[in-house]
Amino acid sequence: MVAKRIIPCLDVKDGQVVKGINFEGLREVGDAVEMGAQYAREGADELVYLDISASREGRRTFAALVEKIAERIDIPFTVGGGIGSLEDAARLLEAGADKVSVNSAALARPQLISELAGKYGSQFVVVAIDAKQLEGQWICTTHGGSRFTERELYSWAREAQERGAGEILFTSMDHDGTKAGYACDVYARLCSNLSIPVIASGGAGSVQDIVDVLTIGKADAALAASIFHYGTLPIPVLKQALKNANVNVR
Amino acid sequence: MITLVDYDAGNIRSVGNALSRLGAEYELTADPARIAAASKVILPGVGNAAEAMEHLRERGLCEVIRNLRVPVLGICVGLQVLCKSSEEGPVNCLGIFDARIRRFPENPEAKVPHMGWNNIGNLETKLFKDLPGGSYVYFVHSYYPELCPDTIATCRHGETLLSAALRWENFYGTQFHPEKSGSAGAAILQNFLAL
Repeated sequence: MVAKRIIPCLDVKDGQVVKGINFEGLREVGDAVEMGAQYAREGADELVYLDISASREGRRTFAALVEKIAERIDIPFTVGGGIGSLEDAARLLEAGADKVSVNSAALARPQLISELAGKYGSQFVVVAIDAKQLEGQWICTTHGGSRFTERELYSWAREAQERGAGEILFTSMDHDGTKAGYACDVYARLCSNLSIPVIASGGAGSVQDIVDVLTIGKADAALAASIFHYGTLPIPVLKQALKNANVNVR
Repeated sequence: MITLVDYDAGNIRSVGNALSRLGAEYELTADPARIAAASKVILPGVGNAAEAMEHLRERGLCEVIRNLRVPVLGICVGLQVLCKSSEEGPVNCLGIFDARIRRFPENPEAKVPHMGWNNIGNLETKLFKDLPGGSYVYFVHSYYPELCPDTIATCRHGETLLSAALRWENFYGTQFHPEKSGSAGAAILQNFLAL
């Protein structure tokens, strides 16, 4: 049986891992390569690196960083942030990334998902969705949750799957950074609607939150940032707790 | 010196990086003469078996690979091209391993692609020396090698029991990615280097 995955997420700005609350108030927390290597050693199953630099200079720095990550890290890693074209993705693939995640650019031009999957295979394409509740509906957002789109979460996730996405990474912008638990009901519904793996993100504050999203929420993987970065929950402790709760983990 | 076959099949760099981490030197080449003269050969890969076979044919590498008598390791699609045939295409492959590559059946409990960490058992041969049964390794694939007399490791995905690794004489293959499988993967690659 495929194990449930634990995925630390590293937001990177100019080579440094940063973390904010509700996507605001960034704080530097460490070196991107060193932190990733340490997580891999501790038993992380995968890593996600998101480039949050806005400048062209920042993007170049990120591609160079991906090469260093690939040299050092012996588990799969996904990169995302600002990928808008096949060329952007190709550059990161050549640098050694195992998967790319696309978000705003896919909402603006859904064909991008089909192009990436057609050229590199579905296993290479993660579609990230940041959604927020608005009058009882989950609406996809861009720009770190600050702008609503016309898309609704469930139908967009379905379309992404049909276009060839290999995984869906859904972040609840209402839960992100709160440490009050994941949006379990939303993940459960997403998982029953989709045949591809779903990665849960946003809201992890405790071991129980992660147990819940992998069991009640049926998610295939749980992604978190602050609880790992600030040492609140070391990965070996989390893995042992998940085993004790009968969750199938590595 | 390890010779990595360059046939446009994806994650060659990842395998190169993994070899470097183990302190092994490697060359990347599509030159049939260099491959024929190699002391150890790795066929890396991610992607489509039919395309991978086409790339081997275009580069004139099919016979060269079949005739190798040094240790050879096929990874993922690199294993699949060493099998009899693949339902992906469909395509006839090099026919070294006595297995066909089949499509996973539809099963909501066992998603396709089979992606992530899964445990392997029934470990045989020196490739798995000192590796405990039940070790987790990383898989990414939609087609799988069936069980056959060459099976040296198995894995379960839903109802399907598949060959996680195969061996025939000097040829080895892993359906999983040792280069992405943390310390277990590094141990397997190290065992291959020691063959």
